[in-house]
Amino acid sequence: MEFLSEYVFSVFFVETLLNGLLYGGVLALLSLGLNLIFGVIDVVWICYAELVMLGMYTIYFMHVFYGLPLIPAALIAVLVVAVLGVVLHKVVINHVLGKAPINQLLATGGVLFFLQSIATLFFGVEFLSLGVSLGSFQLSEDIYMSTSQFVAFLVAAGAVVAMYLFLSRSYMGAAIRAISQDRDIMILMGVDANRLYGITSAIGGGLAGLAACLLSLQFDVHPFVGISFGPIVFMICVMGGLGNMVGGFLAAFVFAELIAIGGYFADLEWGTVLAFCVFVITMFIRPEGLFARKS
Amino acid sequence: MNRILLMILAAAALVAVPFIGVPPYWLHIMIVILIWSFAYTGWSVMGRFGLVSLGHGAFMGIGAYGTALLWNHAGLTPWIGIPISLLLAAAFALLIGYPCFKYRIIGHYFALVTLALSVIIGQVIVATRDHTGGSLGYTPEPHGGEGFSIYALQFPEKAHFYLIALGAWVIGLIIWRAVDRSMARYALEAISEDEDASAAVGVQVTKEKLKITVLSAVMTAFAGAMYCQYQLFVSPDTVAGVGISLQIVFAVVAGGIYTQFGPTVGAIITIVLAEVLRINIGELEHLLGFRPFGLDNTIYGIMLVLFIIFLPKGVLGTFLEKYLRPAKA
Amino acid sequence: MLEIKGVTAGYGDFTALFNADIEVKAGEAVAVIGPNGAGKSTLMRAISGMIPLKGGAVTMEGQDTRSIPPHKIVELGIAHVPENRRLFPRMSVEENLRVGCYAPPFRAKFSERLEFVYELFPRMKERRDQLAGTMSGGEQQMCAIGRALMSDPKILLMDEPSAGLAPVIVQQVFDLIRRIRSDGLTVLIVEQNVQQVLKVVDRAYLLEAGSIRHSGSSEELLGSEDIRKAYIGV
Repeated sequence: MEFLSEYVFSVFFVETLLNGLLYGGVLALLSLGLNLIFGVIDVVWICYAELVMLGMYTIYFMHVFYGLPLIPAALIAVLVVAVLGVVLHKVVINHVLGKAPINQLLATGGVLFFLQSIATLFFGVEFLSLGVSLGSFQLSEDIYMSTSQFVAFLVAAGAVVAMYLFLSRSYMGAAIRAISQDRDIMILMGVDANRLYGITSAIGGGLAGLAACLLSLQFDVHPFVGISFGPIVFMICVMGGLGNMVGGFLAAFVFAELIAIGGYFADLEWGTVLAFCVFVITMFIRPEGLFARKS
Repeated sequence: MNRILLMILAAAALVAVPFIGVPPYWLHIMIVILIWSFAYTGWSVMGRFGLVSLGHGAFMGIGAYGTALLWNHAGLTPWIGIPISLLLAAAFALLIGYPCFKYRIIGHYFALVTLALSVIIGQVIVATRDHTGGSLGYTPEPHGGEGFSIYALQFPEKAHFYLIALGAWVIGLIIWRAVDRSMARYALEAISEDEDASAAVGVQVTKEKLKITVLSAVMTAFAGAMYCQYQLFVSPDTVAGVGISLQIVFAVVAGGIYTQFGPTVGAIITIVLAEVLRINIGELEHLLGFRPFGLDNTIYGIMLVLFIIFLPKGVLGTFLEKYLRPAKA
Repeated sequence: MLEIKGVTAGYGDFTALFNADIEVKAGEAVAVIGPNGAGKSTLMRAISGMIPLKGGAVTMEGQDTRSIPPHKIVELGIAHVPENRRLFPRMSVEENLRVGCYAPPFRAKFSERLEFVYELFPRMKERRDQLAGTMSGGEQQMCAIGRALMSDPKILLMDEPSAGLAPVIVQQVFDLIRRIRSDGLTVLIVEQNVQQVLKVVDRAYLLEAGSIRHSGSSEELLGSEDIRKAYIGV
């Protein structure tokens, strides 16, 4: 009882839950991009977080180095990563389509190494900060929220809604969902699968670029920043059922809350440990993902 | 006969290395190569059957940190500490392996579940920084001042450690060979081809996979323990966590998963490349106009992608196939 | 309208169809009959571009299909209802129909075609929001035909439309084919249910072991002793 009143029914705990929710928004955006790629192209981009890292560098250089205002810098970052997504598809993924999943995993893993080290090579290992501080605002008497986190959540939520509308309302969106269900007959629908793959890669890259902009409001960029959230995004996608966009969306919030709650009672690292342990156990109980449909 | 003679000569030459005035730097490189070769061989024992684990960074970390922590905190000699660490690694392998195999978690999913193990162990090491030194690393205390100690398994002379690493490496190759020759191999290959069919013909899928996983984990943990005893310094970046897991897999792929010496070749390629670039970094700086930190991994990443696309059997695997047994059916 | 000249096709090194010649004139209904594994589906896939031709040519109203990318073949007015229906199971009926209208030239006519399909299959209108994978086999076949009709084709290729359906439903499917015909659509149909299909088509080809063995009018084939013995079992 004392434990409850001291730790659980406290404003700090509420604040923790809210922070988890806000972090979950950005994770949901990331997992959406990765799930889209997997659902449509059937390849896991192990280097997804590294594309995000390059996006963070892009917005940093555009804003800090070239002095562009934040919004145009962000748009350029989204564009750059979208193009990188297409390049990745054409240069690497195209060659491993239909190969053993392990080879796909390793090829994109090679890209991970390459991107990480090329960032080290050109940008060095320093932590670079965008230097944008939006401050914080008061939610209630005792609860303060970081504005940048809140903005990130809103933008991420907006992007998720926009993606949902695109996928459910447009011809292209319908085709993207269809191709993930039956690849071979798409030709009968007049769909050029290669073009659709290219577009999907661009969208997946664009979402990574957008996530990069939101993350750089809260975190410094360095060549290894991808490792700090990349595995989390994979686990989220797997937990939600790889390729299942709704499942991934929900799992993002489960994961973010677990990390936040673990971090509240102990260190942040323990939060991560807790989240990953839950992931492993989930895999054993429901290997096809927490929110998988019964087929 | 020729083959045996050749092997004896090669063994003699390798044993003689520290006694013929090889400079310490070269000896150091060879020791590092031998230790990593052993770790990579340990990974490939299971990796070759399609069990792609991204959790071996965790096993290596358990071996290294277990040994160091037991020595510093419990005063246990590595003679006891290493076996305990290996048992711990085996326990973790069972803990993660049994449910995985029972619930048929394969392919991508197996890789990602084992990746989670890497993250967990890496984060636990960082989180318990009061005991493990966190991300800054950790040093097993020297025994009774400095110097040679069999009790503490600490050898300031590189020659001693060279022989230990050489012995381990040879044992690793023998284990690889034994697995290659055993019935288990046929069972596991059948499993990697078609799990349901193998179960139908009486292969005990879960049991065979578990055996090989535990063996592989223990080997890798032992490599971690050796690394700890040799370097007398461990950190999450050098022996544990996600980065190491990826490094292990990629080095083996570069060398060749399906051949006995593939992991060794992978270790040689990656370590020599890193060293050459490190030594020549001054000249490269002069040439390029900036200090090319990370150049080794850049080249390495490109190599990896090219290997997967063009040489999926690795350098040695492809070489052997092309030049030594072209008639293999 | 559709001319198939000397077409050879297959999968990888395996060839399933040899040097086939088939012609379908505008307004005709033509069937290709034959035993399992004779190469009937291969023929359909080769026409619609699902697999490349190894030899020969397919021309639609004088246009050689090899001169355009395979996904553009549907824009020539060739719609293919594939074997086993192949709906997108986790999408609603209406979304399936929407994908059928994907090619940019068709999009402008989406609502018009949707109305046409719903008129043809009032059942589909009732089920417009249901996931396609949860419908019965007969309903799925309607949806698959509807999806092909969304592109307002000149010729409809149907691959085993009656396979795996209950006898009552099979009857409905053939009634449906009659209706589609009477609307003036050209039809090329592959069927194992020889007796039924010969009642709805004008002409038929007999395909055996990858080669055309015989062709003639429906009456002729229905009258042939060999065909009755081998395929109708009377």
